[in-house]
Amino acid sequence: MGSELLFFSETVISGLMAGVMYSLVALGFVLIFKASGIFNFAQGVMCLFAALALYDFLSADGWASQLLGFTIPLWLAIVLTIAVMIVLAWLIERLVLQYLVKQDPIILFMATIGLAYVLEGVGDILFGSDVKPLDIGIPQGASDWALDTMGLYVEKLEVVAAVTAALLVAVLAVFFQRTRIGRALRAVADDHQAALSVGISLRAIWVIVWSVAGIVALVAGIMWGTKSGVQFSLSLIALKALPVLILGGFTSVPGAIVGGLIIGVGEKVAEVYAGPLVGGAIENWFAYMLALAFLLFRPQGLFGERIIERV
Amino acid sequence: MTPERKFGDVILSVEHITLTFGGVLALEDVSFDIRESEIRAIIGPNGAGKSSMLNVINGFYHPQEGQIMYRGATRSKMKPHYAASHGIARTFQNIALFKGMSTLDNIMTGRNTKMKRGLFWQAIRIGPAMTEEIKHRDYVEHIIDFLEIQAIRKTPVGRLPYGMQKRVELGRALAAEPDLLLLDEPMAGMNVEEKEDMCRFILDVNEQFGTTIALIEHDMGVVMDISDRVVVLDYGKKIADGTPDEVRANQDVIDAYLGISQEEVGAVN
Repeated sequence: MGSELLFFSETVISGLMAGVMYSLVALGFVLIFKASGIFNFAQGVMCLFAALALYDFLSADGWASQLLGFTIPLWLAIVLTIAVMIVLAWLIERLVLQYLVKQDPIILFMATIGLAYVLEGVGDILFGSDVKPLDIGIPQGASDWALDTMGLYVEKLEVVAAVTAALLVAVLAVFFQRTRIGRALRAVADDHQAALSVGISLRAIWVIVWSVAGIVALVAGIMWGTKSGVQFSLSLIALKALPVLILGGFTSVPGAIVGGLIIGVGEKVAEVYAGPLVGGAIENWFAYMLALAFLLFRPQGLFGERIIERV
Repeated sequence: MTPERKFGDVILSVEHITLTFGGVLALEDVSFDIRESEIRAIIGPNGAGKSSMLNVINGFYHPQEGQIMYRGATRSKMKPHYAASHGIARTFQNIALFKGMSTLDNIMTGRNTKMKRGLFWQAIRIGPAMTEEIKHRDYVEHIIDFLEIQAIRKTPVGRLPYGMQKRVELGRALAAEPDLLLLDEPMAGMNVEEKEDMCRFILDVNEQFGTTIALIEHDMGVVMDISDRVVVLDYGKKIADGTPDEVRANQDVIDAYLGISQEEVGAVN
């Protein structure tokens, strides 16, 4: 392989992998948006919260270990963190959502902004605000195989992230499209009253969907935490997920993935090849410009449900 | 006109229902019953409280006074979830379908209360959940055939014309295999042809599935043709209750409802 081409491949691959990381966060947004029409501003903080909880369960001086008197194994820590996210989902339904059932989406959106700050505060009080290195044994560093056979630099962590994301999407897509609960989730998003009339319990559906979003947040939190440590700036990756959603469509699970990949690759390629022309830092705004273009020409995104209005 | 028909026991009765919104009286001391396998119509001028009555039966509104007896159990209010899982299905005046979903998926949601497999099996969609899905899909196809909507089964319902959407909504309600079907103005806004189709479906449902039907309708002619008994509401009060012929002859009804336009009186007579 020529060094030009090799360099290009490396750029694209690292873009793809970065894209997968965005997609993981975006997935959580899509889930909640699909099932309740709420844009959940707190999704980024949920990733952070899940990662913090997991770190705390794992560390020797975390309160769980001190309470039990021994360090808990990884699998148990993950199960416990999932339990925490489910309890959190239940609390959110109990304390916030059930009072806002027939309100406008904008009011629910505002509620999630509040929720984001509450969660961030609670996370700070419970776990402290220092950067925590999360290591759950995901391999890191360059893949020797790719380096030896093709001379390509491929980050192992990112491969793991990609495989995990692919699995998650496969399961979620089938779940949404082809099962009773999946249909019930979409039904609730479409029309609360009609959903009630066919016997769907709004409260149960909301707890389920926030739990699933919490579990997806945990996966994203693990990947980001392993990559750059568990830190509070993690909640800001929610902002990068926004253009991903606009590209992929707010209601499409596969769209979240494709959107993430396009943005990941796009910003890396733009940075490397067009960056020098404008003095660099394209990576910071490229995603938003792309999103803006999409809003102008295809507001429902690549895979979103067509926006149909009959008059 | 209608041949002599035999009805079963009372399946649902509302007793002395009073419903207010703030200071506005929507329903005042309304009582009537619905017998098994009959087509029961609730009619009345605009704002008479017809839709409110349906919403009380299906549990969207909770009356301040009175009670509802359904299948032997008496309660002061229904919950929508309870009503749905105990055999009460409904359609809405302003179609409430899941617009982004296909006809097939919309009707499948009607099977919601019939499907039992838990979240875990659902998530992996193999084994029992798969078998269950196929079984219910079968029933839904049967309904699609019945309503003659094979051609639009994969179309997102948001794109369908109004009359078709009404039909899909009926399909979703039927998918629950209801004991009691509530139809809120099933023929509103339809042209003559669509109305005739809808009438035929309502009669067929009643005949083939033995479903009890309670319907609200504006179109007097249609109501008189297809229903067995009629309740007339006016300003939230019941003013008449009986067979179409009895109701037609009732002076209060003529004053309140038919009296508004000489034309309509002519049409009915």
